[in-house]
Formats: sequence, C-alpha cells, structure tokens
Amino acid sequence: MKEVIKADQVQVELGGTEVLEGITFSVLSGELTGIIGPNGAGKTTLLRTVLGLVPIRKGQLEVFGVPVARLKEVRPRIGYMPQRQSFERRFPLSAADVVGGGLLTSETLLRRVSAKDEKIKTALHFVAMESYHNRPFQDLSGGEQQRILLARSLVRQPELLLLDEPNAGLDFPAQQSFTELIQSLKKEKSLTVLLVSHDLMSIASAADKLVCINRTMHIHGHPTDVLNSASLDEAYRCQFDLISTLDKGGSHS
Amino acid sequence: MNEMLEYGFMQRALLAALLVGTLCSTISFFVVLKRLSFLGAGISHTSLGGIALGLITGVDPVISGSVFAVGTAMSTGYISRIGKISEDTVIGIYYASGMALGIALISSFKGYYPELFALLFGNILSVSTHDLIFMALAMVIITAFVVIFFRELVMICFDEEMAEAGGLPVVVIYMGLLAAMGLTVMVSIQLAGVVLVAALIVIPGATAYRLSKNYRAMLFLSIVFGLVGSFGGLFISYYYPVPPGAAIVLVLALIFALAMAVRPLFENARQNKLE
Repeated sequence: MKEVIKADQVQVELGGTEVLEGITFSVLSGELTGIIGPNGAGKTTLLRTVLGLVPIRKGQLEVFGVPVARLKEVRPRIGYMPQRQSFERRFPLSAADVVGGGLLTSETLLRRVSAKDEKIKTALHFVAMESYHNRPFQDLSGGEQQRILLARSLVRQPELLLLDEPNAGLDFPAQQSFTELIQSLKKEKSLTVLLVSHDLMSIASAADKLVCINRTMHIHGHPTDVLNSASLDEAYRCQFDLISTLDKGGSHS
Repeated sequence: MNEMLEYGFMQRALLAALLVGTLCSTISFFVVLKRLSFLGAGISHTSLGGIALGLITGVDPVISGSVFAVGTAMSTGYISRIGKISEDTVIGIYYASGMALGIALISSFKGYYPELFALLFGNILSVSTHDLIFMALAMVIITAFVVIFFRELVMICFDEEMAEAGGLPVVVIYMGLLAAMGLTVMVSIQLAGVVLVAALIVIPGATAYRLSKNYRAMLFLSIVFGLVGSFGGLFISYYYPVPPGAAIVLVLALIFALAMAVRPLFENARQNKLE
C-alpha cells in the first residue's frame, strides 16, 4: 500500500506560539486513521496543516508524495469536511446548493463547472440522500446536515477524505449511522480517511490506526496498541481502561 | 405624481433612489449572510472623518469619505485576520476614532458648510448630476464584482473554511466584498446620511432573510424591499414634512416589522402544503 500522507517531525506555530512539535506518522492508501487527543491538543490544526491551510515551520509533510507547500497540485484528490461550527445552520441554501459548493475551486473561477448537476446527484447518492436534492438545508436534522456536508466533501470524488469531528453534536444513533456510512464509503470507493474525533470508543472501533497527539506526538499504531499504551494516559493526563470496554462493545476487526 | 416628476431635483432623487436602493439591498444580502451589520455602522461613522477632512482641504468630501469608507472596511478585515482581533473590536475602535476625527475637524471649521449637514443627515433632494454619475459608476463596478464572483461570495458567506480548503482565493474575494461595502455606504450617505445609512445595508437583507429559505429568493426580495423603502420614503417626504433619509429608514423598518408579523403565516402555509 502506498503512503498517502507522510509527516516527519512536523512543527507548527500559530501567532508565534508552538502548537505542534515532532509530529511523525504516516497514512497508507485505503486506511481509516483517527487523530485523537484532549481538547487543545492541536488535532484540528494538524488536519488544517495536512490541507495546506496552516504552514509548517519545520519538518516534512507530504500528501500523495507532494510537499504540502505545493498542495495545489493534488488538491482535487482531497475532500474535506470541517467542524459543524464553521457554517451557519440557517443559511438559505438547498441541499444541492451546499453539495455544489464543493465544486468551487480556484480552477472554476470565471468558468462554468462541467456536469455540475450530475456530480451533485452522484454525491448525494453516495450518502443515500438523493431525495433531499431540493430540500432547504436549514430544515434538515443534524444527522441529515452532516450527510449533506459529507456529500459536499465527496462531490469531486476525492481519494483522501479529511473529517473534523464529524460526529460532534449528533445523538448516538446518528453517530453510529454516520460512522457506518464512512466505513462503507471507505470500502466501496477505496477511500483513505483521516478523521479527528473526541469520541475514543467510536473512533477506536472504526479506525485501522490511531494517532494520539497532545501538542507533541504521543503514540500511533493499531487502535488496541494505542488504547493499551501508557502514552495515551500521559497524553490525556488521566487513566483509561478502554480495552475492556472495547472488548465488550467494540467491533473493530 | 405627475407634478412631482416635473421637478428636476425630484427626477434626480428618483434616479438616485433607484441606484442606491438596488445597490444597498444587493450588498445587504451579503451583509446579513456574513453577519457584517456592525461593520456597516462602523464604516459610515468612520467616514465622517474623511468627509470633514475633504471639506477642510478642498477635496470633494464624497471622494475623501469614500477613501475612508473603503479603507476602513478593508483594513478591518485585514487587521482582524492578521492581528487575530475580532472584527467587532476593530470596528469599535474605528467607529469612535473616525467620529472623533470628524468632530475635531468640524469644530475647527470657520464658516458654514451646507454639504456637511447634507452628508450627516442625508438629503436625496440635493443630489446633483455629478453625484448621480458617481452613484452609477459605483453601481457598475460593484454589480460587475458581484456578478463575476456571486457563487464564490455565497460559498464564502456560508463556510469560509471549506471555501479556503477548496483553494478559492477567499481573502482576495472577501476584501473585494468589504471594499464594495465601503463604497456602497459612501454612495448611500447622500441618501440617508452618516447617522442612518447603516439601516439601508442591513434592513432589506434582514427582512428577506426572515422570509426566504433559498438564497436566490432572498436576493430578489432584498432588492424589492430596498426599492420599496427608497421610493416609499421619497414619496412620503414629498408629501409630508419628513426628511427623506428618515422616511426611507422608517419605511424599511415598517416592512421588517410586517415581515416578522407575517412570517408565522408563511410557515403555517408551507407546513400545510408539505402535509
């Protein structure tokens, strides 16, 4: 399997403050990798760094073999779903308008987007929301809105999907349903997924690999190894007994 | 009505109402969606400094005010992004500083400047052909910008982070929107004055937002409300002793109140239709 993301001793500063240091991990093609860590650990910053939205100060970061400084070359191969707080829930757009927004890039400036309707329909089909095409986005439930936002990140048919807290604010059934959808999309589309989450149990049962950070790199590897590691307790500054819980209720294979 | 149209000043005022009403309500659409209402008030009050500076130095106060308005809008966006200061804090600083500069300069005036009072409180009836040309020019520039970048502007208003991640030049387009907003405020000051102009770029969009679930309908309604307010206020001020700027804002406020009152009826009708 090819390396889709390769981070080596990445250091990031924001406003003169070091927020990430010594971050080293890799994501292989077709893997679902979860980024975990306590509040303020720099998980979202790491995701934004992979997207090229935050510059790296030191170290090396490559996406599809291209240094992140030249990410523009591979941007069409990347889909992104930011946190729910990044948008206005009552914004007067239809579901199709929201999905179509994912087609707007620097390449489409002053140009028509080709086969726009077809691409929107396909993306809505991926998330089983075809019948919501003309529905006002503001009328949808939290779970339905998340699916529409996922369709937006899939509309350019990316190979790498970056998801920031996609389950935040959803009730338990909606969280389960959304996680199942991500897993089935990963299988069907051979997607590589990098997912930030607060919910250790949910991400541990879904991911192939976990990356645990708290400003610095703590541990990365198979979920069971990460959850069983003292580094996890150190990162969160508390003691976990997640393995027994995972064994009872988890479904990771 | 015919009698009203016989006067040259009324013909110019109606044309100004058409231009400014359309322009303000188009910008209002973005102001409401991007939550920039306070910036509108900040720009207009800061421009007082530019207007006063123009009067003292002999520069056309509309030009000097425009430079201040556009400069305020763009630097607010720039400082809030670079300096990590919230936009409302930057606006709060500009708002007071611009007013203070204006008051300091005005208090040093020797003589009487009738233009100053027209710009402070607005007087659409005193609009000259020169002013109309300036308004039309601003309208052409701003409309061209909005038409060219409409899809991108809507997406930036909805989710700036996603737009940036997609590779859109978010900062450039957003700065363009702020410049358009500054220019719109300055052009509209002749209609409603420094004190009331913010209402023209907030109320039409806010009213349309209450009644629309689709951005195309919202833009259309915003323009309709803006024009009804501009023409309605102008007619009222012709027949009753009310200054046109105040009359226009009061008509817009009345439309907003009516929209708030009828919205539940719209919602019920829509719900019944779905059932």
